[in-house]
Amino acid sequence: MQVLPTFKALKQNKVPRMNEKITEKLKILADAAKYDVSCSSSGGKRKNENKGLGNAEGMGICHSYTEDGRCVSLLKILLTNYCIFDCAYCVTRKSNDIKRAAFTVQEVVDLTINFYRRNYIEGLFLSSGIFSNADYTMERLVRIAKKLRQEEKFNGYIHLKTIPGASEELIKEAGLYADRLSVNIELPSEQSLVKLAPEKNYSEILLPMDNIKQQLIQTKEEQKLFKSAPAFAPAGQSTQLIVGASAENDQQILQLSSDLYKNYSLKRVYYSGYVPVSADNRLPIITEPPIIRENRIYQADWLMRFYGFDVKEILDEHNPHLDLDIDPKLSWALRNRHFFPVELNTADYEMILRVPGIGVKSAKKIVSARRFATLTYEHLKQMGVVMKRAKYFITCNHKSLQPYDFDSKRIRNKILFGDGALRSPLLTQQLDLFRQVG
Amino acid sequence: MYFYTYDGSFEGLLTVVFEAWERKAWPTTIEQEQIAQPGIFGETIAVVTDEVKAQRVWKGLEKKLSVTAQKQLYHTYLWEQPGFELTIFNYSKLAFESAESIEGNYTAPCVLQVQQAAKQVHREKHRMEAFVRFQKTTDGLYYAHIEPDFNVLPLILSHFTKRYADQRWAIYDIRRRYGAYYDLHTTQFITLDAAPRKGIGVLPESAVMEEEHSYKQLWQVYFDHVNIPERKNPKLHLRHIPKRYWKYLSEKQPRLLRA
Repeated sequence: MQVLPTFKALKQNKVPRMNEKITEKLKILADAAKYDVSCSSSGGKRKNENKGLGNAEGMGICHSYTEDGRCVSLLKILLTNYCIFDCAYCVTRKSNDIKRAAFTVQEVVDLTINFYRRNYIEGLFLSSGIFSNADYTMERLVRIAKKLRQEEKFNGYIHLKTIPGASEELIKEAGLYADRLSVNIELPSEQSLVKLAPEKNYSEILLPMDNIKQQLIQTKEEQKLFKSAPAFAPAGQSTQLIVGASAENDQQILQLSSDLYKNYSLKRVYYSGYVPVSADNRLPIITEPPIIRENRIYQADWLMRFYGFDVKEILDEHNPHLDLDIDPKLSWALRNRHFFPVELNTADYEMILRVPGIGVKSAKKIVSARRFATLTYEHLKQMGVVMKRAKYFITCNHKSLQPYDFDSKRIRNKILFGDGALRSPLLTQQLDLFRQVG
Repeated sequence: MYFYTYDGSFEGLLTVVFEAWERKAWPTTIEQEQIAQPGIFGETIAVVTDEVKAQRVWKGLEKKLSVTAQKQLYHTYLWEQPGFELTIFNYSKLAFESAESIEGNYTAPCVLQVQQAAKQVHREKHRMEAFVRFQKTTDGLYYAHIEPDFNVLPLILSHFTKRYADQRWAIYDIRRRYGAYYDLHTTQFITLDAAPRKGIGVLPESAVMEEEHSYKQLWQVYFDHVNIPERKNPKLHLRHIPKRYWKYLSEKQPRLLRA
């Protein structure tokens, strides 16, 4: 156990004033890292086989939740927020007049180990502002991961950010120690990147992404031949897109994600609703982050990854924006009424998954239970299948809960404003808007 | 009508299944000896736990059920909610009587109940793996209190044993008055002579290392600064960490350092 040197000096105090320098650095560098929304710690396969510290196999764990409701799984910090770039959307940009700080390698290692030992975290998410140049920065990040693995025998989760422009060798080395690597694209089109992040370019971002992908494939091949071949970022790679800092519509964003999942085999694309952190005139003027829009994009992302939807089914040229009032699956179902109603006792699992309001768990339960008996609405209720939206799109044992065949607009209103809403839809809609704003 | 009583152990409950089966006397209630009320209009059968009989029932279930389903049945025992004994009995009876596997037959109430109880227990287990907060004591032991809704301590041991292989730790369930202790070699159940009082999440100052305050304080600082105030969402926050867990979470204790 390492004890930071200043502790002893402070022994007399009841509540020791912890090394104020580190507290100050932690404030600044956690603040600067928090707009990176990824905090996942799942998908690792690192077992504790050396009687060391930590174990990152299996499920991720959220050890706490911030007051904005996000998972706190990792110690997410920047190594430093000194940066030579001047990206308009970024709080750390060179021209922003903020306090700057930098951790030493040992400080990051001590924080990680001691937080981990107390079961505060699953591991470390380390990113950095770019100082001197890309390789210099990347080399520091790699050194921390290496030290944790080799000197501290740390088997917890490590997520390293890949610095755009870093050399292939460094990325390769990073993958040996990290469970996940990520390169943030941030802006969903080249045009916006040129406008808002003049020092970055798409090829510099996509190149390391491609490197990582090739490495992942190669490692898999090697591991087929030799079980002992060293693992490379076993939890894969992810990226982040900022929503609402530039003009792209939802279709462009989701099309990009779809391509990334297919062509770069990314594990996750994260979406970060732009939080106004600067008054730069290249940015739109907003007062609140677009939280509802971000949420709808995540729902659409889930439809692509777990529900068998193609991006073209969710949005197209005629419908380039997600409906903010209703979820994208309901939206799709209302545009495609000819697929419904679905008879739950006979329909394919894939089709049941497409019923609004029925998720993966309910769909699986339905398919499992109907082998034993013909399902009734009572069964569905017992199993916890939520009917609010589903009832307009299903029959169960050829019975419908709907006396009439409503048109799509009517269903939408009924779902949004309740079945027998006495208030005029217009009024409720206005109230609803207030609710969403407030 | 038959009222069964048993000693509260899992083996005891399995012995009840055995005895009921042998007598073909299906239980109206199954209750723990200490809390059972004698029935007037029926026979009370006090079952004595028998390892061999319990083993036979468990082995018999093994032939009828997958590993997952057997685990779920055990989880239902740890669930401890009213009526769990009868649910386990009904589930076992159905399993023994059916030619085919009963798993996934959510149209049968006992199968659905076991699935739902197991899910709740699993969620609580996962929460405890997340919400345990160790404090380092002066003798180098990492110590934590828990007070879980269900009896999940037996389920979280292997997680902590694998994870903290190089540090001595103990986790104590205040509500159920027992704990687990890992001594760098094995993990064992323990009881404490002077049981800590309920609802006290933190150890007395004299018992913890100096550095404990520093790291707790750093953790609080981190927790406050990773938050994005513009996105405040108290409803979502509470859904993820309900208030009853707060007293054991160091980030939810009074701030050691003014912001």
